[in-house]
Amino acid sequence: MLRLVHLYADLMNLYGDRGNIIALQRRCDWRGIALEVQDLTLGENLEPSTVDILFFGGGQDVEQETVSRDLARGVGRAIQEAVEDGAALLSVCGGYQLLGRFFRTTEGVEIPGVGLFDAHTVAGDRRMVGDVIVEADLGQKPSTLVGFENHSGQTFLGPGAHPLGRVQIGHGNNGVDRTEGVRYRNAVGTYLHGPLLPKNPALADWIIESALGRRDGLETPLAALDDRVELEANTAQARRIRQAGPRRASIR
Amino acid sequence: MNPRLSAAIAAGRVASRLTRALRRGGGTVLPGHVAARIDTQALSTLSSRLPQGSVLISGTNGKTTTARMLAQIAHRAGLRPVHNRAGANLPAGILSALLDGCSLMGQPHGDLGIFEVDEAHVPAAVAAIRPRVLVLTNLFRDQLDRYGEVDFVARAWQRAAANLPLPAKLVVNIDDPTLAYLSESRLGPATTFGISECSFGHEGLPHEADHRLCPRCRSRLTYSSSNYGHLGLYVCSGCGWRRPVPDVAPTEIAMDGEHGSDFNLNSDGPIFPTHIPLNGLHNVYNAVAASAAALALDIDPQYIVQGLAEAQGAFGRDEVVQVGDGSLKLVLVKNPVGFNQALRSLGAEDLTLVAINDLFADGTDVSWLWDVDFELLGNRRIVCTGLRAHDMSVRLKYASVDNRTTEPSLENALSLALDAARSGARVAAFCTYTATLEIRHLLQQRGLVAPFWEN
Ligand SMILES: [Zn+2]
Repeated sequence: MLRLVHLYADLMNLYGDRGNIIALQRRCDWRGIALEVQDLTLGENLEPSTVDILFFGGGQDVEQETVSRDLARGVGRAIQEAVEDGAALLSVCGGYQLLGRFFRTTEGVEIPGVGLFDAHTVAGDRRMVGDVIVEADLGQKPSTLVGFENHSGQTFLGPGAHPLGRVQIGHGNNGVDRTEGVRYRNAVGTYLHGPLLPKNPALADWIIESALGRRDGLETPLAALDDRVELEANTAQARRIRQAGPRRASIR
Repeated sequence: MNPRLSAAIAAGRVASRLTRALRRGGGTVLPGHVAARIDTQALSTLSSRLPQGSVLISGTNGKTTTARMLAQIAHRAGLRPVHNRAGANLPAGILSALLDGCSLMGQPHGDLGIFEVDEAHVPAAVAAIRPRVLVLTNLFRDQLDRYGEVDFVARAWQRAAANLPLPAKLVVNIDDPTLAYLSESRLGPATTFGISECSFGHEGLPHEADHRLCPRCRSRLTYSSSNYGHLGLYVCSGCGWRRPVPDVAPTEIAMDGEHGSDFNLNSDGPIFPTHIPLNGLHNVYNAVAASAAALALDIDPQYIVQGLAEAQGAFGRDEVVQVGDGSLKLVLVKNPVGFNQALRSLGAEDLTLVAINDLFADGTDVSWLWDVDFELLGNRRIVCTGLRAHDMSVRLKYASVDNRTTEPSLENALSLALDAARSGARVAAFCTYTATLEIRHLLQQRGLVAPFWEN
């Protein structure tokens, strides 16, 4: 039995982030693995030893401010402890930014983050919006992640941080150094928002496998699933983007 | 005589004839573009010559239907509305509507402007048109790839409300906390509407809802009832601010899936029994929005009741096309809240087409499909089509909707649907904006529907 905690589910769930939870639920389901999903919200505490998977989605600026104050109450430290202990974590966009060292606003104010990832984010003056293709390094065979990004913060990794992958098409962390996301132990941060896991089943299974490995202390490979529908969607969209180029919406 | 304006009007006429002759559409945007090039003040000058002034209508969902309902009410009241009824809701589209039938001297063909406006263009439209009434229906997450954040639109509306001429009336849906706060913080007059009856609401908030922080103090809002999305009866857990009592509200709502809805229209005076031939609670909201706007214009309630009884869905909004013994119903879908409403009002259709495109007008980001409750489709027969047919198929797989086919070509998918309809099937087609245009174009080629600008 695995336990997933959806961090600030009611405030940080823009852009269909719940697709990731649905993907983890169904993929556990299809393999007969019980997965319990619990929402954590403002004012509640996290018990690090009882959580196997953490999910932290994106939010708008206003909500992000509220959440960052709540994290400082002790939830941030609990997230760190859980990850150090081997729990799996997927954080997206705003959630990813909040888990870095700090966020520097356009006025130069530094809002402290949880510090789980050796990364910091700087407010940018242009929004990076569009399709993304990333060659991800999950420690096994490389995997092509296909998704969509929509952020103005630019994230820069510290010297000790390991990116999730390299951007082939799109902006990624900052639009400058071709890195995308971050990976630390079994925790991942990424700008690929919304339903990332359904169309990228290798990443979904990496999360489930990591969580199981930590719980049982052994590395049992997961039972294979029929992923033809998922992989077809992944390759069809990757083919379109590669042929036509990424569509970038212009904002303001 | 304003020679620049006359030149602009003449050029607009040429553009309109040309687009129609070339069959490039109904001339719903180009005349406005051409005329604005010649006279940048054309929109402001022409709209100022409408003797009854203008009503602007904006909001994420329902603006086209609300504007159509209000136009019908205005007709009944003996007014001659100038209306961008084909839904071209950027400034060029509004100007095109004003140019249609306008004299060369610059006298519009009508006396009251009824214009739906794109959410992001409300400040510009308010500045140019200086409306008598501004109607805001609701604010949901929609096309975040275009606007960045929902808050961007909220801020634009705040600017627009602040610049609204003081005697102008703001008509807002106070079941939406952002709009309730907006009307409270404005000095000028407001007419508010909402649905107070909880019998159709859900307890708490559904997952597709957004805006859950108090606009005053940023504490969490709690809902005793939610009608759809975050529209409902809320109270702030921090400062105690709660949903105000609306000026206009329907009571005794009775929804009959096949024949539309009935309700009593309540405002200050007597109660008026009202019927609309459109399904779903979202259309009750549209009808109440149109009623509140009509009351803000001092239109007699008897005309409201008459106009609403003749309400029709806009093109692609629940438009039913007869095909042989069967039928094809087109349902435009743009965002999770609207899609969920549409899924809930599905009848006994035999086949369901889901056509998802991701061009600019649809929104290039299809993430929102994961906020739609496709689980409601159960074991219905589904065809996934459009540019994102494969993504749709993944979504349905994870919703356990297994009786599905994936056919990316819209033309092939439509042929499948028409074959089924010819042998008597009832087909529902949920389509994003450009998919609706494409399907309508294909239906038009087959002689099954008239062009949308004649609709
Ligand atoms: Zn409050």
